[in-house]
Amino acid sequence: MTNRMIGLFAVAAGALLTGSAAAQTVRLNGAGATFPNPIYSKWVLEYHTAHPDVEINYQAIGSGGGIRQYTDHTVDFGASDGPMTDAQIQAVNGNVFHLPTVLGSVVPTYNIPGVTAQLKFTGDVLAGIFLGQITKWNDSRITALNPGVSLPDQDIVVAHRSDGSGTTYIWTDYLSKVSSDWSQRVGKGTAVNWPVGLGGQGNPGVANIVKQTPGCIGYVELIYALQNQISYGLVQNAAGNFIQATLATTTNAAAGAVASLDPNTDFRISITNATGAQTYPIASFTWLLVPKEMTDMTKARALLEFVWWAVHDGERYTGELSYAPLPARVVQLEEQRLKAITVNGQAVLPRNYGGR
Amino acid sequence: MHGRLARKLLGSTMTGVTYGAAALAILPLAVILAMLLFKGAGSIDWDFFTKAAVPLGEKGGGFSHAIVGTLIIVGLACLVGVPIGVATGIFLAEFGGGRVGFGIRFVADVLNGVPSIVIGIFAWTWLVKPMGRFSALAGGVALGMILVPILARTTEEMVRLVPNSLREAALALGYPRWRTSLVVVVRTAAAGILTGCLVAVARVAGETAPLLFTALGNQFFSTRLNGPMAALPLQVYTYALGPYDEWHRQAWAGALVLIVLVLALSLFARAVVRAKRQHA
Amino acid sequence: MTDLAATALEPEAGPRPTAEERWRALRTVSRGDVIYRSVLTVLALLLPLMLLLIALELVANAWPALAKFGAGFLVHSVWDPVQGQFGALPLIFGTLYSSLVALAIAVPLALGCAIFLTEFAPRWLRNPVGTLIELLAAVPSVIYGLWGIFVLIPLLRDHVWHTARHVLGWLPIFSGVFYGPSVLAAGVILSIMILPYIAAVSREVLLAVPPSQREAGLALGGTRWETVWRVVLPYGRAGIIGAVILGLGRALGETMAVTMVIGNRHEVSASLLQPGYTIAAAIANEFSEAVSDVHLSALFLAGAVLFLITVVVNALARVLVWRVARGSAVGSTAV
Repeated sequence: MTNRMIGLFAVAAGALLTGSAAAQTVRLNGAGATFPNPIYSKWVLEYHTAHPDVEINYQAIGSGGGIRQYTDHTVDFGASDGPMTDAQIQAVNGNVFHLPTVLGSVVPTYNIPGVTAQLKFTGDVLAGIFLGQITKWNDSRITALNPGVSLPDQDIVVAHRSDGSGTTYIWTDYLSKVSSDWSQRVGKGTAVNWPVGLGGQGNPGVANIVKQTPGCIGYVELIYALQNQISYGLVQNAAGNFIQATLATTTNAAAGAVASLDPNTDFRISITNATGAQTYPIASFTWLLVPKEMTDMTKARALLEFVWWAVHDGERYTGELSYAPLPARVVQLEEQRLKAITVNGQAVLPRNYGGR
Repeated sequence: MHGRLARKLLGSTMTGVTYGAAALAILPLAVILAMLLFKGAGSIDWDFFTKAAVPLGEKGGGFSHAIVGTLIIVGLACLVGVPIGVATGIFLAEFGGGRVGFGIRFVADVLNGVPSIVIGIFAWTWLVKPMGRFSALAGGVALGMILVPILARTTEEMVRLVPNSLREAALALGYPRWRTSLVVVVRTAAAGILTGCLVAVARVAGETAPLLFTALGNQFFSTRLNGPMAALPLQVYTYALGPYDEWHRQAWAGALVLIVLVLALSLFARAVVRAKRQHA
Repeated sequence: MTDLAATALEPEAGPRPTAEERWRALRTVSRGDVIYRSVLTVLALLLPLMLLLIALELVANAWPALAKFGAGFLVHSVWDPVQGQFGALPLIFGTLYSSLVALAIAVPLALGCAIFLTEFAPRWLRNPVGTLIELLAAVPSVIYGLWGIFVLIPLLRDHVWHTARHVLGWLPIFSGVFYGPSVLAAGVILSIMILPYIAAVSREVLLAVPPSQREAGLALGGTRWETVWRVVLPYGRAGIIGAVILGLGRALGETMAVTMVIGNRHEVSASLLQPGYTIAAAIANEFSEAVSDVHLSALFLAGAVLFLITVVVNALARVLVWRVARGSAVGSTAV
């Protein structure tokens, strides 16, 4: 029986190895942010249906992971909502484009038994909660903002990311702008030294902790709060208005930055705490990390065609998943970047690709 | 009499306590199995075995990519781990009397206790990073590395059980030592060695930590060895940590399939040993 | 045996060999023997090679962090990727604390089971119960974690603690708010996971105690329990301690179930109800995402510390168990 088993293994192994050699499909591997994972996983499947010879495996391991794997060259492209720092770009010898894909927003999501209303938060209050200074839901600072709501005398449980996260970057970027206390004590980054709280893996992990733990507050990308029916709050923007994260308010957040966009921008723009009456303060671009110079023409072509499709046709899926589509000017500039990507000095996409 | 009664009472009480301990120990097993059946059985359907994952948040889809992934990765692990592990076990039983044997036996026991996550980062450093990609191959090798020390010890034990009289008889009939060992001793111990393999494979099929940075996972159905691949325990982990009820439902089902696989292998192995003992 | 006789080597044709030639033939080592032994030896030596490579790779990758933080790595609590400061005290503390809780729960139970199986259980019950306890070891870690998240934590948080709070809430080890994910939850799950190992090895140790010891105890007028408690257990004391340390070794390295229920928090806290972190869980969560080289090196260093601790603990356990059950593969099937 042992002989036969060995024989079977050998045959199977041989079949697998030769099978893989004969395949025609182009396979691309990407890893990174969980922030856009709902729409990326949708895009990847829709694109595959339309182009069965292209298979894109995207693993949502967090923006930190995306940057790391990209730097280590273990993936074909990365994804992050925390832009690479100058030092990180240095580490890849500048061989990276940050290509925005969608706009999204990070919301404070909470689970307070008996409270179904949408709570109002200010930047100060959020910083206070996440610094561990505000510890009860019926703290005067929270009740002052929400006079109509009866908040219980319940401890606040903070949930944050345990992995390297672009969502964390956006959240801490915002908190650093609105709270000098936060800026000094914690700062901003994809992973920070959290003063309090439970750690969850990925946006799904944090959403799960909030959902399972009474009295919990966390921060997640909007779609995760919606898909899991967890309450999320309004946040006060720079103009003093309490804004809900919607398509419109998220798009508005980018409007100011887009209007003054430098044609040579590298797209690493922060749009948190943007000016404007109806802007949502905790919004951000999310980027694909793609090399300026690639090595494999077939793969490069497949990848760039996918990205082109994503920022044009793919944008139609943003609405149903509560992301905001890219502003036209951003797409325009991005097209130029895509056409500038080369393999061995030769442009991957032809000059007139897309009829432009 | 009073002292004697008290002692007898103590004895009976402690006997009861040990019964209680055994019952308490088995209780979690019963509860877990019951929960897996209760929560998972309803989600096991044809789709579960034939479909791969669907986009985040949508309903439907299955675990086909994970189930096949586990079969492939564990198969790879066997290819790597079984020959080395069994050979080491035979070495220890046949030639392992001296200091070299003592040393290797000690190392095997030590390696058995190394956390599987350490094996995982080892495989990442030596396979994933140089190759420039996550792969089922790296995952298989990592699991294979876990198999080797387990198999070494269980094989040694099984081969040791073969009575010396058999060896001596073969030698007396003119067999050279190597042929005695291979053809006579090992063949006699074959059923036991196979049992050890089955138990070890069952253990390794449930490992998640070493696959986190090697096979990584894949939402597509894939059989390519040098690319990321999904695996059953990995998929259960990812889905369990997520917030979607759809994911939780499938995680329970996946866990049920996994535990059935593992328990079937373990119980089958035990049955083989028992049958062999009865026929011997 | 008929196989053997049928394939036995035929006697050489030709003149009968002299005594001298026969003696020389017996002394000659056949080439097959040499090849066989060499092949097996080479394959067997892969094991120590593997151990060496793992140790080397850990040290090599941990070196930058070691050079930067030195021994401070072991005593500082701040794990700050933004500032590049990494102190692993919470990780080490959490690893040890959760394992200790697991031992506290598992050791009495496991010993009780071992005694049950060797002394008090009726013969027909021994195999089934023994098998069921060993099956606990077959359940994959991730399934324990799954059960932990959805069954154990809500049970502990909403029911057990709800009632126990008034009685125990004043103790420092039960202070603070119980969110659910905690060192306690991890300890309970770990205890279920290590129980079969401690029970199986203890059982073998108790079985290795010579019957004469038991008979002597009974002959001197002891009850069965007294014999167990005062004669058998002390005799097997070294082996049982070895079994316990083996269980500790298992608990220290457990990853998946722990990271799913412990709360993943870099903090040292005396309270069992607070979330914590272990080395293995931190590596699982942060390894593929450590953006800076220092962060990655710090994780490797933590891994090296874990590796060292588990090697020492397991070596100690094996030595103790071998003393009682002379060099046999006792406990290897439990592994």
